[in-house]
Amino acid sequence: MTETVKVYSRPKTLIDRPWHFCPGCHHGIAHRLCAEVIEEMGLQENTVGVGSVGCGVFSYEYFNFDGIGPSHGRAPAVATGVKRVLPDRLVFTYQGDGDLAAIGTTEMVHAAVRGEKITIVFINNTLYGMTGGQLAPTTLMGQVTTTSPYGREAKQAGYPMRVCEMISTLEGAAYVARVALFNPAQVAKAKKSIRRAFETQMQGIGFSMVEILSACPTNWGMAPLEACKHVENNLTSVYPLGEFKVPEGVK
Amino acid sequence: MAKVSFLEERCKGCGLCIAFCPKNCLALAGHLNTQGYHPATLVDEGSCISCAICARMCPDVVIEVEKEARR
Repeated sequence: MTETVKVYSRPKTLIDRPWHFCPGCHHGIAHRLCAEVIEEMGLQENTVGVGSVGCGVFSYEYFNFDGIGPSHGRAPAVATGVKRVLPDRLVFTYQGDGDLAAIGTTEMVHAAVRGEKITIVFINNTLYGMTGGQLAPTTLMGQVTTTSPYGREAKQAGYPMRVCEMISTLEGAAYVARVALFNPAQVAKAKKSIRRAFETQMQGIGFSMVEILSACPTNWGMAPLEACKHVENNLTSVYPLGEFKVPEGVK
Repeated sequence: MAKVSFLEERCKGCGLCIAFCPKNCLALAGHLNTQGYHPATLVDEGSCISCAICARMCPDVVIEVEKEARR
């Protein structure tokens, strides 16, 4: 019998159970990347994840480390409290665009203003996923959602909100990056960015945020691969990928 | 054991592993799993290079990848 070595197996930082996500949803990839980075950094026993309301709501059921389910949009405030009481822990929030860019804008902006040493993992899929695909501040111009049946119009709903560009103007924010998951190369880059964000926090440098452009095949009405193409062709032109701010210590 | 193994009951048949496989050695199976999806499966083990791109694209952590150990 030939001996084999594992090239890839499920990280220990994920509980072995099925996920509620729809087929082809990028939330699953984002969850797995966070779990892999925490395992690689050896921080499983030293991490507190703060969930959100939305499709990311069950993150504490999936991650195999401590987790908190805060009220809608308040994850950065809860994470601030946890981090200030337990400054040696890795504290990160996992929030969607409805949670972070609409309901929790205040908490997110002011956590960055104060330079809290927490990390925000921000999943941007341009709509409210769990509640059935309503318009979010991040919805693209002309995009049809259940609450913009004729497409998003500026006179009614304004313009898309670019969170990374906004946060990177603040002195308190140390690491700000926008990544995507539409192909294997982008997934590798996304993992590297999550690692840098967590390292920014663990080195005590300051606030860090990774925005992940994520596909929502169900609410976009697309097949999973078509949804990946949509992210590549239509989302990245409105939300350009890249690192907006990188501190010296993690370069 | 095959180079690529699937937790078939967890697979939702999204096909991302199949689309990004550089050697085109994966396909959706003809049968259904208990969730009602056609699960992804390895159809051409000979051309598989154990690159694990399938596992890294899988949104449901369905895939484990192995390769033969070097002597």
